[in-house]
Amino acid sequence: MNHPLTPETSDVPLAPGLRLPLSQQSRLSPEAVAEINAIADKYPDRLAGTLPALYIAQREFGFLSLAAMKEVAAALGVPEGHVYGVATFYTMFRKRPVGRFHLQVCTNLCCALNGAAELMKKVAEKTGAIPGGGATGDGMWSLEPVECLASCGSAPCLQVNEAVYDEFVDEAKLEAILDACRRGDYSPWGK
Amino acid sequence: MSMAHIRVKPDPQRYSFDGFGSAQYPNLMLLGAGDLDNWTLKTYRDKWEGYQALGRALKMEPSAVTAEVKVSDLRGRGGAGFRTGLKWTFMPKDTPERKLTRYVVCNGDEGEPGTFKDRAILEYNPHQLIEGMIIAAWAMQCRMGFIYLRGEFGWLVDKLDAALQQARDAGFLGKDILGTGWDFDLLTYRGAGAYICGEETALLNSLEGRRGEPRVKPPFPAQVGAFGQPTTVNNVETLAAVPAILRMGGAQYARIGTPGNTGTRIYSLSGHIKRPGLYELPLGLPLDFIMNDLAGGSSTGRKIKAVIPGGSSAPLFDAKDFDCPMDFDTVKARGSMAGSGGIIVMDDATCMVRTTLRLTHFYAHESCGQCTPCREGCNWMEMILNRIEHGEGRPGDLALLESLPPRINMRTLCPLGDAACGPVESAITKFRAEFEHHISHKACLACAGA
Repeated sequence: MNHPLTPETSDVPLAPGLRLPLSQQSRLSPEAVAEINAIADKYPDRLAGTLPALYIAQREFGFLSLAAMKEVAAALGVPEGHVYGVATFYTMFRKRPVGRFHLQVCTNLCCALNGAAELMKKVAEKTGAIPGGGATGDGMWSLEPVECLASCGSAPCLQVNEAVYDEFVDEAKLEAILDACRRGDYSPWGK
Repeated sequence: MSMAHIRVKPDPQRYSFDGFGSAQYPNLMLLGAGDLDNWTLKTYRDKWEGYQALGRALKMEPSAVTAEVKVSDLRGRGGAGFRTGLKWTFMPKDTPERKLTRYVVCNGDEGEPGTFKDRAILEYNPHQLIEGMIIAAWAMQCRMGFIYLRGEFGWLVDKLDAALQQARDAGFLGKDILGTGWDFDLLTYRGAGAYICGEETALLNSLEGRRGEPRVKPPFPAQVGAFGQPTTVNNVETLAAVPAILRMGGAQYARIGTPGNTGTRIYSLSGHIKRPGLYELPLGLPLDFIMNDLAGGSSTGRKIKAVIPGGSSAPLFDAKDFDCPMDFDTVKARGSMAGSGGIIVMDDATCMVRTTLRLTHFYAHESCGQCTPCREGCNWMEMILNRIEHGEGRPGDLALLESLPPRINMRTLCPLGDAACGPVESAITKFRAEFEHHISHKACLACAGA
């Protein structure tokens, strides 16, 4: 079970790594609301729009604060409690801010057999991020152990933000991935 | 999603994409795997006879299509091995008084540790899945279908959306498909990181925008499924096999493999194996032949000690079962399950206590929390294993650990609890000495021997 942390309210001080102040981020943009409505209308029931809408809110807010969840509920016209329940059930909905580059190392069995623990240690050393400990002071990195990413044959593997999904990650490859992030070859979180 | 996604193809010397594609071991689903440009409609039609099976199916009566799949004796590749043709017949038909809305849903929530086959179909050959879904929808007379992918496959959702648009533009989806007067369209849906959504009723809840908690059965999805309507849920690989069946005919397909376990399936090989990756092979080949002769044996030069034959939920095999023919029935008779076809190989320096702890941690983390035996039991198993692994095991711990699976097994709404018990029970039965050594010596037997 994904025991949820209480999500941050919209008026707590900013954590490092959050790009826009929450004071400017208590509302979804009109484009996002339109996008949510367009998606929700494609399904037989608007409730089905909950997961896609939470992804859109996460993209806009950087993470799902309580304010973001309330906005999603309002846009879809569904109960706030439902949105909170869904947002806290799924691990890919971030309830806390992450760094510009959120590094996710698979630690499940197949990766563990091929050096996932070693990789985790190296990523932590090279970035200064603490596994599961939120963003680094400069807001650049965050690091998290995750469960199977379906890349077991080319273990160990590492996911960067939502997209870059790398295989057979040894030290040289890791260095290349981190360099690509530093250079800005990969899009930062939410972009 | 606007994020740059850079795909680098792993070295084919190091990684297998498709198996062999020979007359003996035909490739029916992993067509063009490894080629990043293979996914387009044009390649699928020009190179792989794409959408010809659909043309053939639409000239047949829907019931004749189901009959053809029944003749092929195709069994579900998601894990349970249920007969696909039979599953399709569970869908209620229209009556003169009532026209039903029926849905076909593709289960692409590939999350079983050790399994990565669906991802390859989605990445390299998505049109075969789409064609399979359209044929399945015709057979069951659905007007809408959904492809549910796990959240981590966000980039594949984008690719699939592009492939769906190509199919729509070519007239294979949408209104009046190929002049039959029948309308059908497909929508993708992206999960958000929950292993439990691979269970079909949890998937349906998630598809409806809810928490992915399995439902009480009955009613089964064929009666009350997505959005309250009759629904059939099939795995990606199962649906991708359907065009192959229509291309060659059900009887010809049934000649591949062994009687009752027909066709090819995609094995995912991982762990301590020399050439890991995907191998599309006929059912019924022996495990040691696949591991040693085809995939090169152990990658570490050490002896192979244990193998998980069907994804992490399958009980472990030790050396005496390595000759097991890999079909649903024999693997089951040997006390494990063919499951999702994920073969995880472990050499003799692998600590079984740590392995079991790692898998149990996964199930404890992924339990949805609905049923007490699974929610509490998995956490208890993890806590006890954690103690044993870290040299804090107590004399009664092994007995305590063994007392838990019988209290979880078959006492929950879905098979996640049972899946958590398989590795624990089989590891203790087959590698008891390692657990005892951990408790009595506060040290690891496997690591000491390494």
